[in-house]
Amino acid sequence: MAARVLVGVKRVIDYAVKIRVKPDNTGVVTDGVKHSMNPFCEIAVEEAVRLKEKKLVKEVVAVSCGPQQVQETIRTALAMGADRGIHVEVSGKDYDSLGPLQVSKILAALAKKEEASLIILGKQAIDDDCNQTGQMTAALLDWPQGTFASEVAVEGDKLKVIREVDGGLETIKINLPAVVTADLRLNTPRYATLPNIMKAKKKKITNVKPGDLGVDLTSRLEVLRVDEPPQRQAGVKVETVEDLVGKLKEAGRI
Amino acid sequence: IHTNLLVYTRRCFSAPVPRVTSHYTIYPRDKDPRWEGVDMERFADEADVVIVGGGPAGLSAAIRLKQLANQHEKELRVCVVEKASQIGAHTLSGACLEPTALNELFPDWKERGAPLNTQVTEDKFAILTEKYRIPVPILPGLPMNNHGNYIVRLGHFVRWLGEQAEELGVELYPGYAAAEVLFHEDGSVKGIATNDVGIAKDGSPKDVFERGMELHAKVTLFGEGCHGHLAKQLYKHFNLREGCEPQTYAIGLKEVGLDYTNPYLSPFREFQRWKHHPSIAPTLEGGSRIAYGARALNEGGFQSVPKLTFPGGTLIGCSPGFMNVPKIKGTHTAMKSGMLAAEAIFSKLTDESLQSETTGIYVPEYEQSLKNSWVWKELHAVRNIRPSFHNYFGLYGGMLYTGIFYWILRGKEPWTLKHCGMDSAQLKPAKECTPIEYPKPDGKISFDLLSSVALSGTNHEHDQPPHLTLKDDGVPVAQNLAIYDGPEQRFCPAGVYEFVPLESGEGMRLQINAQNCVHCKTCDIKDPSQNINWVVPEGSGGPAYNGM
Repeated sequence: MAARVLVGVKRVIDYAVKIRVKPDNTGVVTDGVKHSMNPFCEIAVEEAVRLKEKKLVKEVVAVSCGPQQVQETIRTALAMGADRGIHVEVSGKDYDSLGPLQVSKILAALAKKEEASLIILGKQAIDDDCNQTGQMTAALLDWPQGTFASEVAVEGDKLKVIREVDGGLETIKINLPAVVTADLRLNTPRYATLPNIMKAKKKKITNVKPGDLGVDLTSRLEVLRVDEPPQRQAGVKVETVEDLVGKLKEAGRI
Repeated sequence: IHTNLLVYTRRCFSAPVPRVTSHYTIYPRDKDPRWEGVDMERFADEADVVIVGGGPAGLSAAIRLKQLANQHEKELRVCVVEKASQIGAHTLSGACLEPTALNELFPDWKERGAPLNTQVTEDKFAILTEKYRIPVPILPGLPMNNHGNYIVRLGHFVRWLGEQAEELGVELYPGYAAAEVLFHEDGSVKGIATNDVGIAKDGSPKDVFERGMELHAKVTLFGEGCHGHLAKQLYKHFNLREGCEPQTYAIGLKEVGLDYTNPYLSPFREFQRWKHHPSIAPTLEGGSRIAYGARALNEGGFQSVPKLTFPGGTLIGCSPGFMNVPKIKGTHTAMKSGMLAAEAIFSKLTDESLQSETTGIYVPEYEQSLKNSWVWKELHAVRNIRPSFHNYFGLYGGMLYTGIFYWILRGKEPWTLKHCGMDSAQLKPAKECTPIEYPKPDGKISFDLLSSVALSGTNHEHDQPPHLTLKDDGVPVAQNLAIYDGPEQRFCPAGVYEFVPLESGEGMRLQINAQNCVHCKTCDIKDPSQNINWVVPEGSGGPAYNGM
């Protein structure tokens, strides 16, 4: 079946950390802040490793785009069972403006280069909540996509994907090669235990530059300003229904 | 005897005690039917030296070992395990760093980019009364004089030490807590085992359960910081505290001593109140609160240092406790203790004619060299200052004592004053004390507890047994609440302990919000019943301090 699976992993600010906007409003404070692998990417890695354990794929390759620190994230994926890693070096201003369009171009180029037949990504990242990379990657490759997957099953040379949608669960069958994005209920990721972290040190991580893949990182978006959400104003307690109606009238609501 | 009877009678006549603790250290798994058939084998690996704790002491020891190994062209595998998700994430301190130990470790620290950027230019020392401020002169030679020292963000300094250590070839493993000490058959220390993962809140195994791994070493260094949980076990096992005084502590918020007697006192709220003092508030006005944290510090000094070595291991850093209290500095002595341990161990390990009586190597030379070093001289010179304030002469008497015996005589007086005993034994019953009315936080300079805790970034995997274990689930209500009005609901700086009414009507129960814990260790120290036993949660849980 599929020889090679590509799994994208993103290094994001840990979900439990309190985010602070930089004093110059250009972004959020990231220096020294605790980061970890995007939770949906962990689920994606787990799914890929399970496919390998079921002998449905031969090799799992973990990919991350960013500066030196993303190597830690790739190592975690390796400790969870990925076979090797690819670090796409992006830093400085390019990293600040890195978004789904550039990442999907990178992933598409890598998929062709590595001859991958399946790409598994998290459905979205918890920092930008874009929920675009999987879809864009599929479009660039002209591959079918199974997004918000809560279950993935191999059926011959096709993939059965059960998707979590607003109306409930949708089951689709798509041809391989394909892109799948993982939703919360797809699986429970395993821990990266210490013996596996130690073994992961011996696994290979190759460094690649976006230019080598023929990808232009110029962003079509410019971030003008980042602000904290407005402070929630205190509510007003009223004693009677008449008071409530009075206040609503005062506020011009009725 | 009276309190034991109290617990007994309550047990006989009241409703069954609601179960709070589910940790396997209290309820062993070999007797637990839910664990039948679960594979408990652990993967084991060998290193030359294993260091528990990636703080100033642990990292200095690791660095020194590798420096010596490289110098003498010897191979040495040094592994550091650290419970925080990244090096420095559980580090909290003021801090004012005295660079003496750093100068010895890395004479070229400036070129290496150590984050020591702010030199102390001015020192002010004062006594604060309710409204006023009485300045006290700091003469050169007094321990509070900070000439030559640097204001640092200790978390960043520790992070930098970690980078230096990795460059030298030290294996750093943040996110993995040492949960258990391993012993050889001859009783010497064999190494440690890291925490298991995947145990549910009720203590049963989850699908993702995996055993921790064993790291064996010729010598294991324990640098867990103030009131380490493995150190606590080692004190008992090897009787290391025989002949020294109990350690006494403060909580850094900063700073409220933990030997207070009124159970109604809340260190967090005292800190909030302190910020409003007329001489403090103006410095804070207009600022915004961006971080919060808390940690216990050891204040016992010279009198409270235990035995430091035992077969197979040593204690370094704030865990045994080398803080110079009047200086309020312990980082430089912690680092030096790590370095001395490394030097003693390296000599022993490279000595080809070494005959060790035990499989785990015994290094008493470390203790000897520490006692011959400037660390010991320093601690000895200031040993009577804190006891003089707290026990004998009060505030002004203590200052007079310091002036005469320290400044003039440099601590050469022939006597050594004692501490009062354990901090946990100092609380008076609630009925003998007055409740303290604390002012409400104003949201600008003073704040409420929970929003502060959120800023520590602390978090734990919620589905795991609470790591704040109770030896007896009935004691919090029967003793702590009954006699001391539940001081744990006040001394915990993270709101972990709450007494809530029982769903079934009459009575209260203790609710443990383990996820909030910031790993400060105050509860383990101050619990008057000594019933709370802090053990390590799943690795990488805890605060996410950034350069604190």
